[in-house]
Amino acid sequence: MTSLLLFGASEGGLFDFDATLPLMAIQVVVLTFILNALFFKPVGRVVEEREDYVSTSRAEAKKKLAEVEKLELDLRNQLKAARLDAQKVINEAEQDSEKLYKEALSLATSEANASREEARREIDSQRENALNQLKKEADNLGDLIIERLLAAK
Amino acid sequence: MDSLPFVLPFAELEVGQHLYWQIGNLRIHGQVFMTSWLLIGALLALVVTGTKKMERDPKGVQNLLEFLWDYIRDLARTQIGEKVYRDWMPFIGTLFLFIFVSNWGGALVPWRLIKLPSGELGAPTADINTTVALALLVSLSYFYAGLSNKGLRYFEYYVHPTPIMLPFKIVEDFTKPLSLSFRLFGNILADELVVAVLVFLVPLVLPVPVMFLGLFTSAIQALIFATLAAYYIGEAVEEHH
Repeated sequence: MTSLLLFGASEGGLFDFDATLPLMAIQVVVLTFILNALFFKPVGRVVEEREDYVSTSRAEAKKKLAEVEKLELDLRNQLKAARLDAQKVINEAEQDSEKLYKEALSLATSEANASREEARREIDSQRENALNQLKKEADNLGDLIIERLLAAK
Repeated sequence: MDSLPFVLPFAELEVGQHLYWQIGNLRIHGQVFMTSWLLIGALLALVVTGTKKMERDPKGVQNLLEFLWDYIRDLARTQIGEKVYRDWMPFIGTLFLFIFVSNWGGALVPWRLIKLPSGELGAPTADINTTVALALLVSLSYFYAGLSNKGLRYFEYYVHPTPIMLPFKIVEDFTKPLSLSFRLFGNILADELVVAVLVFLVPLVLPVPVMFLGLFTSAIQALIFATLAAYYIGEAVEEHH
């Protein structure tokens, strides 16, 4: 009985082929078209739109990032240039002030030397005068002493 | 034979009995169509609810549908190739989804509660007619894919790489649908039988792991069928140099 059912005699059985086969094939083909219209096309459209959106956003973001990087580089260069300029100005100012200092120093030194020289000269001349005067007075005194001595004799 | 005890479960299972519908002079297996319509209806309902209001940020069922779509696209793309996979994706996807809902529907829905005058409801893929129909559709599609893509140069495939291959390739055209249909049919039927026999012998606990195994096999079989169908189509459209 079981084997009869399994291997399909006239009625029923596991391998009982009939019009189910072509009708099922037609049904699956129809289902393919229905699913294509209801499922594969719309979902595919949404997914691909999203993929496009993501890739374009990515590209845009990349572009913006590159722009930002360029701007940053620009800014950095400007900053560097400004810093160099500032350094130069500071250096110039330092050199200027040093020059001024040196000039003032040399001027002051020479003035001081000149006044010292003058003072020395004055001292020398006064000393000479004083010496001359002393000599004259000593001469006068000597003369006087000689006169007195001679007169007393 | 009727005196043997192990005949009883098989008799209870009503293996190979069908509910016949007569349309004109055609006879069809009513139980197969009843379950397939219910399952296709459920599938379409899911698809319609998921695609009703689709957004760029997916919500709810749309996520599931997009996951399925992505899965099927990857399957079709890896097997068929970048060039023509788009044409065949709906077919591969329909095969996968139909076999998957058939297998799982057969395993998950307690059809036995619905009494039929003859035969019983079950997975549509447990009927040889369904699996042979699917397998023949795959055969037709890969022939069509090859011929429409390469014209008569498709037949170079039979003598590639050497003409010695010709008889083997011809035999393959017959073994491909045969193995496709019998693999699916055998797996699903065997799973139903094992579960039914176990339920008959030990109604509690023991059938549950086998049922889970059945769900696993069912999913794998759907994947295998779809992958092989895609592979055959890919083989037919592949360019040899």
